[in-house]
Amino acid sequence: MSDFKLSPEVVKQVEAICEKHGNKPGELINILHECQNNYGYLPEPMQRVIAAKLGIPATQVYGVVTFYSFFTMTPKGRHPISVCLGTACYVRGSEKILEEIKRVIGIDVGETTPDGKFSLDCLRCVGACGLAPVMMIGKKVYGRMEPQNVRKILEEIQDD
Amino acid sequence: MKTKSVDDLMVIRRRAEGMLSLREKCNAIVSEESCGLDKGTEHIQILCCGGTGCKASESALIAENLQASIKEHGIADKVDVITTGCFGFCEKGPIVKIIPDNTFYTQVTPDDAEEIVREHIVKGNKVERLLYLDPKTLRHISDSKHMNFYGKQIRIALRNCGFIDPENIEEYIARDGYQALADALTKSTPEEVIEKVKASGLRGRGGAGFPTGKKWEFSRSYQSDEKYVVCNADEGDPGAFMDRSIMEGDPNSIVEAMTICGYCIGSHDGLIYIRAEYPLAVHRIQVAIEQAREYGFLGKDILGTGFDFDIEIRYGAGAFVCGEETALIHSMEGKRGEPTLKPPFPAESGYLGKPTNVNNVETLANIPIILTKGAEWFSSIGTEKSKGTKVFALAGKINNVGLIEVPMGTTLREIIYDIGGGVKNGKKFKAVQTGGPSGGCLTEKHLDIPIDYESLTAAGSMMGSGGMIVMDEDDCMVSVAKFYLEFTVGESCGKCTPCRIGNKRMLEILTRITEGNGEMADLQRLKDLATVIKDTALCGLGQTSPNPVLSTINNFYDEYVEHVKNRKCRSKKCKALLTYTIDPAKCKGCGLCAKDCPASAIMGTVRKPHVINPYECIRCGMCMSRCHFGAISVF
Amino acid sequence: MENINLKIDNHEVFVPKGTMILEAAASIGINIPTLCHLNLRGTCVQNRPASCRLCVVEIQGRRNLAPACETKCMPDMVVSTNSMRVIKARKTIAELILSDHPNDCLTCPKCGECELQALITRLNITEMPFKGGELSQRKKELTCSITRNMDKCIYCRRCETMCNDVQTVGALGAVRRGFDTTIAPSFDKMLKDTNCTSCGQCVAVCPTGALTEHDNTDQLMDDLRNPDKIVIAQPAPAVRAALGEEFGMPAGTLVTGKLATALRELGFDYVFDTDFAADLTIMEEGYEILDRLKRHLEGDKSVKLPIMTSCCPGWVNFFEHEFPDLLDYPSTARSPQAMFGAIAKSYWAEKMGIPREKLVVVSIMPCLAKKYEVTRNDLKHGGLPDVDYSISTRELARILKRANIGFAGLPDSDFDKPLGESTGAGVIFGTTGGVLEAALRTVYEAYAGKTLPKIEFTEVRGLEGIREATIDLNGFPLKVCVAHTLGNARRIMNKLRSGELDYHVVEVMACPGGCIGGGGQPYHHGHVEVLQARQKALYSEDEHKPIRKSHENPDILRLYEEYLGAPLSERSEELLHTHYIDKSIKMTW
Ligand SMILES: Cc1cc2nc3c(=O)[nH]c(=O)nc-3n(C[C@H](O)[C@H](O)[C@H](O)COP(=O)(O)O)c2cc1C
Ligand code: SF4
Ligand code: SF4
Ligand code: SF4
Ligand code: SF4
Ligand code: SF4
Ligand code: SF4
Ligand code: SF4
Ligand code: SF4
Ligand code: FES
Ligand code: FES
Ligand code: FES
Repeated sequence: MSDFKLSPEVVKQVEAICEKHGNKPGELINILHECQNNYGYLPEPMQRVIAAKLGIPATQVYGVVTFYSFFTMTPKGRHPISVCLGTACYVRGSEKILEEIKRVIGIDVGETTPDGKFSLDCLRCVGACGLAPVMMIGKKVYGRMEPQNVRKILEEIQDD
Repeated sequence: MKTKSVDDLMVIRRRAEGMLSLREKCNAIVSEESCGLDKGTEHIQILCCGGTGCKASESALIAENLQASIKEHGIADKVDVITTGCFGFCEKGPIVKIIPDNTFYTQVTPDDAEEIVREHIVKGNKVERLLYLDPKTLRHISDSKHMNFYGKQIRIALRNCGFIDPENIEEYIARDGYQALADALTKSTPEEVIEKVKASGLRGRGGAGFPTGKKWEFSRSYQSDEKYVVCNADEGDPGAFMDRSIMEGDPNSIVEAMTICGYCIGSHDGLIYIRAEYPLAVHRIQVAIEQAREYGFLGKDILGTGFDFDIEIRYGAGAFVCGEETALIHSMEGKRGEPTLKPPFPAESGYLGKPTNVNNVETLANIPIILTKGAEWFSSIGTEKSKGTKVFALAGKINNVGLIEVPMGTTLREIIYDIGGGVKNGKKFKAVQTGGPSGGCLTEKHLDIPIDYESLTAAGSMMGSGGMIVMDEDDCMVSVAKFYLEFTVGESCGKCTPCRIGNKRMLEILTRITEGNGEMADLQRLKDLATVIKDTALCGLGQTSPNPVLSTINNFYDEYVEHVKNRKCRSKKCKALLTYTIDPAKCKGCGLCAKDCPASAIMGTVRKPHVINPYECIRCGMCMSRCHFGAISVF
Repeated sequence: MENINLKIDNHEVFVPKGTMILEAAASIGINIPTLCHLNLRGTCVQNRPASCRLCVVEIQGRRNLAPACETKCMPDMVVSTNSMRVIKARKTIAELILSDHPNDCLTCPKCGECELQALITRLNITEMPFKGGELSQRKKELTCSITRNMDKCIYCRRCETMCNDVQTVGALGAVRRGFDTTIAPSFDKMLKDTNCTSCGQCVAVCPTGALTEHDNTDQLMDDLRNPDKIVIAQPAPAVRAALGEEFGMPAGTLVTGKLATALRELGFDYVFDTDFAADLTIMEEGYEILDRLKRHLEGDKSVKLPIMTSCCPGWVNFFEHEFPDLLDYPSTARSPQAMFGAIAKSYWAEKMGIPREKLVVVSIMPCLAKKYEVTRNDLKHGGLPDVDYSISTRELARILKRANIGFAGLPDSDFDKPLGESTGAGVIFGTTGGVLEAALRTVYEAYAGKTLPKIEFTEVRGLEGIREATIDLNGFPLKVCVAHTLGNARRIMNKLRSGELDYHVVEVMACPGGCIGGGGQPYHHGHVEVLQARQKALYSEDEHKPIRKSHENPDILRLYEEYLGAPLSERSEELLHTHYIDKSIKMTW
């Protein structure tokens, strides 16, 4: 039937993660978290390995992955941008920030730039509402954002 | 050390109290004096906020710089730098507080660290420019007790936030920590503890306000070989951060309360369901669990009483609906977070089909202090039916954004004007949204109702988990309703018809209205649909999702009508209804606007008035912010 | 059981504690509409998500409306199933469903049988108030047995329950969330690229036109009209116990004679009977059982026991996907449908002098897996399939209606010979336990060398998911087991894998109740009584047959005499047996 490739080391590591969690279907979400932390995303073959290891249908793994917005099947950019659309940021204009980012890097929410540099997502409240509107690039929080500053901030981001 | 008995706990407590006595003592007094090593102060503690808000403004670096500077001055033996949880006043963060003179520095930057040490710690001179400036009197205030922000607050659930080092269990112990657990295990039967919780009148802070003692009693009443205690730390309300702050600032109170709950209902396993997007809270909870194990408050034979209890962490993965308890339980079981019909309630059949007691973080944070200070003390605070205090995350168009805790029965006016310092930038107050996506928008006329579960519901909103967003004249209430509905549509699990399709259709109607394509009949349609969704949805998410729409239609009907009939948005938020124009009399023809217009909608030659082509304009507003001559206006 | 009193629409009701409002209302003739709810009591089939919310009722003192299907009656409850508030809410919900539904009833394969359509009519919805709403994006797919048109899915999730909880296949499930939720195979692949067994149970329960059978009726009409083709029919045992329902007869009406007449009127050149091949299956499988038993008793350690029946292609698919390590346990005997095709296109065609290319063998089956089975390479000769295609009971009914055949009034007639002669043993193949019982009748007499004292083996009958019995084979205690639904089959196979199984013979059927509950049968619409009646009908047909043991079928004996030689002979092996392939999804790196 359908054949696909995944590097043998990764398969071993993913299997080891499953084993660490006792191969228990109840641990699925924890396993997915750990895999996504390690590899950045959850491609199809990885989900199949997990399904096989836990003895559950791949449909169930896929159903869970697509249910939770935190899980992704597309690789994130090297500098993932998240714009806070929590209420506090929203009323202080975060939508405009988002639009400006979209315009500057030319991608929509949930997408990654073709060069893999940026990806764009939204989140709901970073917990820094005092700094609203807020956006994050990687782990760094940018508070009190103004649309005019977006281009400059993004242009300053360099790959190391 | 591992505590094997109540006596061991006492030993640690005595030892730890030393550490906190300085803070406890000076906390009780108002001190206008300034301390400093040069002035003879022997021991100084610098509290540096390590809450998420302040961390976002590099508070960790401030702490580092403070340490470095202290070392440089060679005063490390006399000065401690302690990282605490959120002080609440996040608007003015990062916060640094000096003990014993209670100096409350605001908006500190890493560069200020050196000056604080040099001037204040060593010489005893306060750094005036870093003190809070009272917006009314325009005077600097040094001690937070003089700030209106703190004046009307009573901190019970937040008692340790911004006061102790959350990663040091001994500081928690010094504040009566684990005393309630010790008393419960050694002096009371589970029934007696439950009685106390019942008598306190504590109600669930997760939203619905179910009496906590009663819930525990139910959970206890079901016989089972296994039972579970679950702490709901999902906090999905966008724009709320109460639970996270408690976990970041006082994680041991959650551990202790869960253990007490385990004792009361007959459970040995606790689970904390926490958002993976809360790395700091996760870290602090992990540290607290590890320390509690080390000290013998978790694990086998707790305090030598033979009672076993331990706690595991489960991660959420970005689904608001997982705050709903049945969905949360499915998520913990590794499944899609879809709610199931209640009854059976989790107390009867929950995690893995076993009796499960689910409580909110803030609810739990109240438990230890209720048990140590007594039910009567707690029930003397608050209103007839809602006892104690409530934590709110005050945000939006308000001067003092932050985390506040007020007695039930405080009015919205007191919160917004006294504590919150009024609406930002002197704008006119328009509405306050409570209860997040399940709540509603209240207006000027609701400002004087004393808030509790019943009064907020009666006013068409909800207590919810404690998000409180203030809006001003620039906010369009139709857009706000649409914002919340967009949120629910995105977060609906999709299981039941009214929520899956109904909310989508409501959103389509609202979108139509904000784009100028609405008709008057749409308003009735919205109301009808909202009523049916509330009446028939399977879980709390759907049952409350129309509230923002209903409350804005009820309270801001005129605005809806304006959108529909006049195709006008008075707050200038609904883009499709706006027109940008250049006043030829004011335009100098500088061309700046044209240069930055992303739609190339502006034409004109240099030094001649420019014009906007309304068909090309995408109404982004960029030109208006560019023009130095105020030539561009929008209506 | 304690009883409680309550009021529904002002009528006093007295029901056992724990009864749901839906049932309590039904007990006094109040029929509350439902859509997602499904509960075949007495089987493992139940889907109770309480999610469509069409069954809502008003309960005095309750804040919101309650779903009747899953809300328990309480003492002194006052329920209204028809207040204005309820009627309005129900209508709005139905309108919402419609707003995310392509309204093309006229060309929908489910038209007339659709539960949604019936409901919309019943609720008197004549307008679409939510015009212009976006439709959720969903896929369409045509496999050899199932047609998926997920645009029509109303998200009751019955199919998901069948595929995951009942069949434990997990080929389908809910993916994404909110308005974008859909039912799909993993990674939004096509069903044909999954471990779907084609059992058709998802189709059997789908209330709408989202899941239907692959339709072969037009192909059959063309063939019947083609003068160059000889078209022969083989209806399966379970068809005769269900087809009548499509023509207004009560469930369980036997229409064997009318079926033969109808097929002839349609223009089939010969009307044979799959029951004949069922007898043949028993001969082959029975002798395989005997052979393995004998070798086992002689101490041959290589003998695989238990031997498992292999006449259900849904089950064959299941073990080929899920238990590739255990492929040598099932009998190698083909299904009756396949055996029939092989004999018709060899023995019979040669006898009649009909070239293979001219012959069209059409099976009429309760089953959608049979549509897949005919495409298997191991069931082809010279590139041509033994059975050309298979139509379901429902499709046959549709064709008969199209051809204006007044089915109910048709006279009875007999099947053609020789491939139409059958025994009672062949008839009971159509229900769970039947194959084993038929085999036991033959195995007993062959093993013991004497006539059965009592022909019925009632210990293996019923609707229990897994049934076991020990049969006294003239002193040898033969341990047998019957399982239906693939979930129960998995339980058996897991035990086999871990070495905890000590049966000699196991019968497995993929569908609840066996073929009487097959994916191609007239819809039971959630009434378990329908399955019970069909089962009863088959046993009654068996009882009235003059011959009730496969090895006494004279035409079977003649077939062996003239053509095959003996069971398990070389020719039998070639025509009537098969081999299994590992279909598990492989991971390579
Ligand atoms: C859609 C939805 C989201 C919820 N989110 C939360 C949440 O984030 N945190 C929480 O504690 N309770 C939340 N709740 C309430 C919980 O279901 C539950 O009532 C609560 O955790 C019980 O604890 P309490 O009795 O201590 O309040 C939510 C409820 C619903 C319906
Ligand atoms: S109300 Fe919404 S979130 Fe709750 S079960 Fe229904 S669809 Fe899911
Ligand atoms: S509002 Fe935006 S698009 Fe319109 S003219 Fe100004 S800059 Fe151009
Ligand atoms: S920026 Fe202002 S002044 Fe300059 S061209 Fe535009 S409208 Fe005229
Ligand atoms: S599924 Fe039912 S309602 Fe939908 S088009 Fe087909 S017959 Fe009509
Ligand atoms: S029911 Fe209505 S739409 Fe359908 S065929 Fe008849 S007239 Fe046409
Ligand atoms: S045919 Fe059977 S196995 Fe295939 S999807 Fe349907 S229920 Fe699942
Ligand atoms: S495909 Fe059919 S059975 Fe499955 S969820 Fe959709 S409507 Fe229900
Ligand atoms: S039990 Fe019968 S109808 Fe069902 S898959 Fe098997 S052979 Fe087909
Ligand atoms: S809403 Fe954006 S940080 Fe809280
Ligand atoms: S995070 Fe520092 S005051 Fe709130
Ligand atoms: S039939 Fe009751 S909710 Fe669907």
